[in-house]
Amino acid sequence: MEKDVVLEARGITMTFPGVKALDNVQLTLRRGEIHALMGENGAGKSTLIKCLTGINDFESGEIHIDGIDGPVKNHSTRDAQNVGISTVYQEVNLCPNLSVAENLFIGREPLTAIHTIDRASYNKRSQKIMDDLGISVDVTQNLENYSLAIQQMVAIARAVDMDCKVLILDEPTSSLDDEEVEKLFVLMKSLREKGVAIVFVTHFLEQVYAVCDRITVLRNGTFVGEYPVEELPRVKLVAAMMGKDLDDLAAIEKETVDIKNAEVVIDANGLAHTGTVKPFDLKIHKGEVIGVGGLLGSGRSELARSIYGADKANTGTLKVKGQEVKINQPIDAMNLGMGMLPDDRKAEGIIGDLSIRENIILAVQAKRGTFKPIPMKKQEELADYYIDLLSIKCPGREARINQLSGGNQQKVILARWLATDADFLILDEPTRGIDVGTKSEIQKLVVDLAKQGKSIMFISSEISEMLRTCNRMVIMRDGEKVNELSGEDELTQDGVMAAIAGGEKVNG
Amino acid sequence: MKKLKINGNTLLLLITIALFVVMYAGGMAAYGAKGFSRLQTFLDILKTNAGLICMASGLTVVMLTAGIDISVGALVAMDCMILACGMEAGIGAVPMMIIVIVIGLIFGAVQGFLVGYLEIQPFIVTMAGMFFARGMTAVISTDQKSITEQINPLFYKLANIKIKLPFGGYVNRKGVYMAPNISVGVVIALLVLVLIFLMLRYTKFGRSLYAIGGSEQSAAMMGLNVKFTKMKAYILSSLLTSIGAICFCLNTMAASVQQALGYEMDAISSAVIGGTLLTGGVGNVIGTFFGVLINGTISAIVKTNGKLASSWPSILTAALLFLFIVIQSIFAAIREKQKG
Ligand SMILES: Nc1ncnc2c1ncn2[C@@H]1O[C@H](COP(=O)(O)OP(=O)(O)O)[C@@H](O)[C@H]1O
Ligand SMILES: [Mg+2]
Repeated sequence: MEKDVVLEARGITMTFPGVKALDNVQLTLRRGEIHALMGENGAGKSTLIKCLTGINDFESGEIHIDGIDGPVKNHSTRDAQNVGISTVYQEVNLCPNLSVAENLFIGREPLTAIHTIDRASYNKRSQKIMDDLGISVDVTQNLENYSLAIQQMVAIARAVDMDCKVLILDEPTSSLDDEEVEKLFVLMKSLREKGVAIVFVTHFLEQVYAVCDRITVLRNGTFVGEYPVEELPRVKLVAAMMGKDLDDLAAIEKETVDIKNAEVVIDANGLAHTGTVKPFDLKIHKGEVIGVGGLLGSGRSELARSIYGADKANTGTLKVKGQEVKINQPIDAMNLGMGMLPDDRKAEGIIGDLSIRENIILAVQAKRGTFKPIPMKKQEELADYYIDLLSIKCPGREARINQLSGGNQQKVILARWLATDADFLILDEPTRGIDVGTKSEIQKLVVDLAKQGKSIMFISSEISEMLRTCNRMVIMRDGEKVNELSGEDELTQDGVMAAIAGGEKVNG
Repeated sequence: MKKLKINGNTLLLLITIALFVVMYAGGMAAYGAKGFSRLQTFLDILKTNAGLICMASGLTVVMLTAGIDISVGALVAMDCMILACGMEAGIGAVPMMIIVIVIGLIFGAVQGFLVGYLEIQPFIVTMAGMFFARGMTAVISTDQKSITEQINPLFYKLANIKIKLPFGGYVNRKGVYMAPNISVGVVIALLVLVLIFLMLRYTKFGRSLYAIGGSEQSAAMMGLNVKFTKMKAYILSSLLTSIGAICFCLNTMAASVQQALGYEMDAISSAVIGGTLLTGGVGNVIGTFFGVLINGTISAIVKTNGKLASSWPSILTAALLFLFIVIQSIFAAIREKQKG
């Protein structure tokens, strides 16, 4: 091996039933570097990582590790830890029923003289670890009491606290806010100083350029190349990931709806849900894409949920197409022609053990009622139609949905709601955790749907994508609708930021 | 001074304990005249249920990993039959007890291997174990056996040892002071209980069980040896069942094919009433202990009353199980709500 190389994987090939996930892929990690592993959803990043750590069994290829003779084959995370590889997997992999401290130390607990675990000692050390990270938690409380962001930080803290030569972080920033990401970067940089090789997977391109030294790009399970970060500017990186140039990213034609003349589809008057959203008025027109902006936790999702009946509104009135209606639960909303793609797709969206077809027809079936099954033929048609329309990458309509990559799962859920032929669709973070290419496809789809006369509520943390798709934006702050922006001059990055921040307009 | 925080699971345990106290106090109020308020009544509940305490502790361990072991009742029958026949054939009490314990270890190792390494559903594996053990009992003998003083004096003596407690006695009608006493089985059961409690709380193995029940995939990804830990859980369950079988045998001094029929369900219901979730990751042997006591108290009350039909304990247990499942799901719902 080359000098300074701590891990080298060559010719890794691995197939899942029906999908060749990796084909002759290589990865070289050097001492004291942060190495970005990039690729679209489904490119095989997580699979490669799981091959390195022994979760996936690859068919051919070799892994060499500095200081160990001959190829290394891990059979479990434990083996990987023993050869100095510590990993944070993409899905938060902790135990919700154990305390934060236990999650940090389980499997490597300090022991007392009589070989029992030393709770006091690891509770103290855990508290220090979390305090050092600037995260205020009571480490003796169960993990399930904390938010996803904190859980993610715990997973990171666990991996970082283990002595390792290689640290692998698979999309660790997906549910962190800017401040937490900053803390993570400080941590990563200090580990780099100590000579640890870090593999970093992320969908945020700016994060790559903020900390990484080198980039390996995968596409469709194949190795595209390895580049020093200076030699691969953003546009080239995106091109390498997608295999095509990406000048059409911005080319989304927004339809300018004539709001005054269009039919009002949703008309909320003083609608509110105690504790989450304060009373708000909102009109949504036919063929309009309305964005909902605000910080995380400002009540964006809750606004949508109160319209959709997921949180039953306790005051106010709601008119749908001019008719006053009472929505007690989501099925009422569905019957009125609404659909909602929830933001927590794991908890509220996908049903992992069902096939793609079954996941797609779920909402249509619910709308029809359990006792009127949809003929199989029709189900298959629907599934094939949407797999094609949304170009869902999968081995076939009968594949289990949890075999798909995150972005493709997201498309399946989207298909579920499109299949109900809803006139009013609420999309809560439809592009979260998916790659740039799919993102722009979904954005295009949203605009296309609006052109066909559907009304869409688009909730997103990314202002730029809402600016590209929305005709109008609602701004939320602390559970209150504080502003409504429309028109070229108000719908700008600065304008929206200022409205969200709530202060004076920020300049420069 | 750290504030004691009560979470849903501790609260559940407190409810179980409170329920036991209320039920027992009710029994004392109603049947005090029939001797229900004597300490000995309580100790007799322990004595009758010593075997069950051991088995239910083992089941708790398995249930923590989100598994189940329905072979325990049949294994008790097989163990008792082996004990009875072995001693009848002239083998000593101590070697026979060792043999039974070794059989428990092997039985558990096979089931544990199938569940842990071959990843077969625990329900199926232990159902096969149940049929096997019950069948083997009949193969060994279909007779009603009873262990008498002639057959094995040592075992007989062991069964009749009364360890007197220095408090809580009463003076009977003849004016003789009756000191309360417990049997050897009770001592064994309480020892098992304490050891398992400590094991679950203070050893790597114990904590791994909780981790696996919380999320098996996560436990593996955190580097725990899931397969071996699961195997060990089943070994422990069968081992404790065999120990329980010895306690059981000391109490009944009998063996038959029909013995301990449905005991696995008693053990499971005790664990569930004690707050152990079938979905794994939550539970504690203290809860299970009170679960056994509640079941035992119901039977004792029905027995003391003397007029109630013997089907009442089952119906009451059913009602309690129902109550606890409802309470558990209410707690789960509240927790979700607080989070969301
Ligand atoms: N457990 C699995 N079973 C079947 N196919 C899988 C499984 N995990 C991943 N895949 C497939 O392997 C490919 C690579 O997925 P993944 O490594 O998760 O991509 P990435 O992490 O780059 O988004 C995808 O086509 C995905 O559908
Ligand atoms: Mg991935």
